Amino acid sequence: MRDKLLTATAALAGIMLVWNLKIILTVLPDEVAQGAIYRIMFFHIPGFFTAGVCYIVAMLASIYYLWKKDLRADALAMAATEVALPFAAVNLITGMIWGRIIWGIWWAWDPRLTWALISWLVYFGYLMLRKAIDDPSERANISAVANIFFFSSVAITWKAIVWWRTQHPGPVLSIRGADGKLDAGVERMIYQNWIPLLLLAIVFISIRIRQERALRELDAMRRWAHAG
Amino acid sequence: MIRFFRLSFAIAAKDIQSEWRTKEALNSACSFSIVVLLMFSFAFDPGAESTKEFAGGLLWLVFMFAGSLIVNRSFSRELPNDCLDVLIASPVPPAALFLGKAFACFVLLMIIELISIPVFGIFYNITWWRQPAWLAVALGLTTWAMSVIGSLFSALTVNLRLRELMLPMLLYPMLIPALMGAIRLTSLALANEPIAGEDLVWLKVLVAFDIIFTSLSLALVDFVLVR
Repeated sequence: MRDKLLTATAALAGIMLVWNLKIILTVLPDEVAQGAIYRIMFFHIPGFFTAGVCYIVAMLASIYYLWKKDLRADALAMAATEVALPFAAVNLITGMIWGRIIWGIWWAWDPRLTWALISWLVYFGYLMLRKAIDDPSERANISAVANIFFFSSVAITWKAIVWWRTQHPGPVLSIRGADGKLDAGVERMIYQNWIPLLLLAIVFISIRIRQERALRELDAMRRWAHAG
Repeated sequence: MIRFFRLSFAIAAKDIQSEWRTKEALNSACSFSIVVLLMFSFAFDPGAESTKEFAGGLLWLVFMFAGSLIVNRSFSRELPNDCLDVLIASPVPPAALFLGKAFACFVLLMIIELISIPVFGIFYNITWWRQPAWLAVALGLTTWAMSVIGSLFSALTVNLRLRELMLPMLLYPMLIPALMGAIRLTSLALANEPIAGEDLVWLKVLVAFDIIFTSLSLALVDFVLVR
């Protein structure tokens, strides 16, 4: 049953992505100032949002782990972080392509870009930290504390365009108080493309958690076999 | 409360004294910072006027590199003879233990910094004493940030394989907000420019960083040490 649900969710996400692509490429007109390249925003912004949701889930799961010592929460934190990284990479890479066309350079060292990269690096460090610890409960403990610390970089990335005058465009979405900066149809499309990415993230996280559970069961069996 | 601070002070005194007897980390960090200063002189012209503009950045990079040697020792010093287990089992609350460790780191880092700055002034022809108050503020606040985060990550990584590698990898990105403020304030103080207006934001960033991460570390250190 769970398998079918996951496959169905992934299929739904795939269909939505294709459908959205059709609208993005054929229905929506070119932007006046930027031309065709603005369409990359439909992956750039939802990519960051998806990664951001995963980071938040990982942080909450880490807090829950420290509170209840439930290893399932630790698996969720790990899976969410692991899934967040490719989405954050989509965000970084699409941003760089956009920057190459609009600014003429791949990378600008402004606070928004720098913090997005820092977040990526610290969460990569989180995964490396996990690999370096063998004992499951010690690994869960230590990585949960580290995860809570690392979340500060996500918060700074989110607020960077408000705190600093960045080369990265300032807030354009109405949820951040920038009403009317963006055409309503374009803004709706950004959210509409966020949904399939979120669904995909959920599928990936579920698969990853299942692998982690299988790993734990294997470990327990191995210990049991050695004890016998 | 008084007992809490007395205990952490005892831990700090113990750490500083045992470091003072061997001077293991101090010597290596000191010589390392001078080596880094020497290496920088090959990367660009140390006598050029433009060097003064990023003097603050250079100085803080040196402190960061040398500092990771100090904070790395903070908890790993307790590994031989299972001293860490004894400390955790002792009636000292983990937060007091952590605070003492952080305070010892602060003192040791300060010693390194106070040795490096005159050397830096001589090598790079910089008159660094023109705004001593601002320099002291930037040094104090940022060194405390380094000590707190450094001690916490030192505790996190103490039992790890590749500890020496993992610590700087986790530590440096976390310290960037404090580092940005420190570099800006130090550069202005070294160049004898007035610090006012927009630059005061960096002072606020440093203070906020110290308060937030000190309280977060004190709240979470129980989970790190007691397992």
